[in-house]
Amino acid sequence: MRIILNNREEEINSNSLTVNELLTLKKFSFRMRIVKINGKLVPRDQYDTTIINDGDNVQIIYLMSGG
Amino acid sequence: MRIIDIKRHLGHFRAGIAGAGGLGSNCAVALARSGIGTLVIADYDQVEESNLSRQYYFKYQTGKYKTDALREIISLTGSETKVITFNTELNRQNIVSIFKGCHVVVEAFDRAEMKEMFVETLQKELPGVPLVIASGVAGYGMNDTLRSRKIDDTLFVCGDESSETSSDLPPMAPRVGIVANMQANIVIELLMKMKPDKSTDK
Repeated sequence: MRIILNNREEEINSNSLTVNELLTLKKFSFRMRIVKINGKLVPRDQYDTTIINDGDNVQIIYLMSGG
Repeated sequence: MRIIDIKRHLGHFRAGIAGAGGLGSNCAVALARSGIGTLVIADYDQVEESNLSRQYYFKYQTGKYKTDALREIISLTGSETKVITFNTELNRQNIVSIFKGCHVVVEAFDRAEMKEMFVETLQKELPGVPLVIASGVAGYGMNDTLRSRKIDDTLFVCGDESSETSSDLPPMAPRVGIVANMQANIVIELLMKMKPDKSTDK
């Protein structure tokens, strides 16, 4: 399937996957982050149950301490 | 548009600021000087001497609650902004009641755990309210790495999205101030596109 990941089109070798699987696959290793799918926020406790499908727009934003 | 017209427009709006440290104090002052109608500021902390390296506070204010110190500074600017403060630690239970009614909200925490909790709660509970967050302010130099990015209609991120504060990479006045003012700049840009609603009190 094809998804948009942080504004770039990506070919994923699977028909659907969970948020956690995407994070592992694309090596998003930094722990503090926000995930949004099609503009809707996915809370951390739903990373294993939320499915990403073909055509989805996925945004992953790292949150760095400091301010 | 003349400054007087910009101030008159901004005077109809209410912005929330979550955290009154380096980001929140600088952002609040920039918005107050620009004529924003109301600021809702939440922080539980007191001003410490170590804060003075980057936060808008003054030495004589050490020991005061940051919300009180910031209210004092805003009044010293001559701004007519109404300041509503919550001297409390934000959590998943109180965020909605504190920031409900804000036309836009600024995330201005120090710790990433708080940033995550706040963004999750606000975007879930108040989904239509634009949220301006900061990520990546530590260190000095590297002007060209600082940017602001629109994620979608309700989420904007300012900072370099990579510099994490540590003992070797402290947050400092210039970069924290730049990012805080970037956040204020987005708030103004968003509010200038909004139409005032009649129910808004000044």
